[in-house]
Amino acid sequence: MPAIREPALDVRGLVKRYGDHTAVRGIDLQAHHGAVTALLGPNGAGKTTTVECCVGLRSPDDGSVRLLGRAAAETGADDRARVGVMLQDGGLPNQARPLELLRHLARLYAAPADVEELAARLGIDQFAATAVRRLSGGQRQRVALAAALVGRPELVFLDEPSAGLDPQARHTVWDVVRDLCTDGVAVLLTTHDMEEATRLASEVVIVDDGRVVAQGTPAHLTSSYGTSSIRFTAAPSLDLEELRRSLPTHLSIGETRPGEYVIAGDVDPAVVATVTAWCASQGLMPDQLAVGRASLEDVFLDLTGRALR
Amino acid sequence: MTFVDGPRASRSLAVQSQETPTRTHAAPPAARRVLAQAAWETRVTLRNGEQLLLTLVLPVIALVAMSRTSLIGLDVPAGHQRVDVIAPGVLAMAVMSSAFTGQAIATAFDRRYGVLRLLGTTPLGRSGLLLGRVLAVLAVEVVQFAVLGGVAAWLGWRPSATSLLLAVPLLVLGTAAFAALGLLMAGTMRAEAVLAGANLVWVLLLLGGGVLLPTAELPGALGDVAALLPSGALADGLRSVFLDGALPPSPLPVLAGWTAVAVAACVRWFKWQ
Ligand SMILES: Nc1ncnc2c1ncn2[C@@H]1O[C@H](COP(=O)(O)OP(=O)(O)OP(=O)(O)O)[C@@H](O)[C@H]1O
Ligand SMILES: [Mg+2]
Repeated sequence: MPAIREPALDVRGLVKRYGDHTAVRGIDLQAHHGAVTALLGPNGAGKTTTVECCVGLRSPDDGSVRLLGRAAAETGADDRARVGVMLQDGGLPNQARPLELLRHLARLYAAPADVEELAARLGIDQFAATAVRRLSGGQRQRVALAAALVGRPELVFLDEPSAGLDPQARHTVWDVVRDLCTDGVAVLLTTHDMEEATRLASEVVIVDDGRVVAQGTPAHLTSSYGTSSIRFTAAPSLDLEELRRSLPTHLSIGETRPGEYVIAGDVDPAVVATVTAWCASQGLMPDQLAVGRASLEDVFLDLTGRALR
Repeated sequence: MTFVDGPRASRSLAVQSQETPTRTHAAPPAARRVLAQAAWETRVTLRNGEQLLLTLVLPVIALVAMSRTSLIGLDVPAGHQRVDVIAPGVLAMAVMSSAFTGQAIATAFDRRYGVLRLLGTTPLGRSGLLLGRVLAVLAVEVVQFAVLGGVAAWLGWRPSATSLLLAVPLLVLGTAAFAALGLLMAGTMRAEAVLAGANLVWVLLLLGGGVLLPTAELPGALGDVAALLPSGALADGLRSVFLDGALPPSPLPVLAGWTAVAVAACVRWFKWQ
């Protein structure tokens, strides 16, 4: 066991206002060395604002941010060299060619990563000499990730690192993030991809409307919100009244999307038998019938509601 | 399928921070970072077609066309040739092209695309970024002066060593004034507006701001106004230096004043995002 260290990132009571709109209303957040912390939340929840306050791009209206043991407001060039940042809007110069840009950025650090190796790892060598403005969205995203890692940071902020990536690139990014973790780097990432959060994060922080609404390991979050569930698909808009009457009252029954039914709560074999018997009595085939634990997405939708932001 | 996962053995992405919790020098010295940024910016500028058109091609065309033809009537002092009057103005034009128009447009688009934000989070920082950009402008100007000086010499321009020496403070202060004004524009206006505005201002100053035509030859009150503009002050100053071998009293204070005002306005109003 490594000795207990101060968190790499320690945010307390963060508040940020834009005019009279309060985007962040008192967020507490920590990221630890060797761990991935995932910041989840609907569009406009305040994730990017939080990251920007952490990396010094915005000054908080209230609260404190400590990075690698030092108050964010007091950080200098040496501290910035130990923190890697991937912004949601990229920030890559349009005319630059990816490999040259990474080589240039490497010169701004005392002990940078091997640029060629990093580029090869992220598949950037395939378009190394194409100007940034001609790259696809996913290609730019990979260059921006490489830019965040070129200084071999001890703490990295990744604002939606896998947005717009194809499945291969997404898996590569996940491998890279896991390796960072193994190397003791603290990673804070924001994402809308529940699979990404489930697979990578040791700590998940769900924010909504500028507040933390839930926090914990993915397993903790999913086990405390609905222990298990049955899902199946069938014709939309079925009348569920009779089924509801024949099941124990602590279970919740609903149609989450048209034609997609979920029975959540403490599901035991008797419940499964009741549900399938009801299907048989209705002459229904319960397609893709599955019994399982609640997913992080279930928890997320439950906590943040289903309305679009 | 060419996009392959690199070997899992490559573990050099990060420091072994478990064992080495803090490194004392994660960033190289500030001077090295700023010079690296300046070298990078210079290279990007000299490779950009539009920037080259603005900073080199158009000044060379102006120099050759105005020296070789008498389309534009000029007062040429006795004992001098047309090129002696034209060359100093074209040097001022070159300063305006790279320090003001080119720099403002590049900074405005960097601001729009978040480059200023991203580089602000690297060890370079915001001040290093701006310092690097100003040094890059000076480096591009050295290239411009070498090319324009060569072409002017070919056209018969023979400046004295004294004049060349006296021109240095004017060129430096002129660069400072125009760079600060360009930054002010880039940091307060939308990128498209800067693109249009910085080009328009360049054309207006070139023709009516005392750059190619001495302020004394501009009609009516325009000449008096132009002498107080950074364009007129710089170009008139350069013409005096190269034609008379003497630095007149007013251009340096005028340029210093514009620099001070523009820098103060930048500090007050420049927005990074
Ligand atoms: N520069 C700004 N000026 C005014 N309001 C802003 C600004 N930036 C963000 N906001 C507002 O602040 C809120 C939080 O925005 P933020 O970008 O932090 O959300 P987010 O969680 O990152 O969303 P997304 O998932 O869409 O990236 C939103 O309501 C947004 O409209
Ligand atoms: Mg965001």
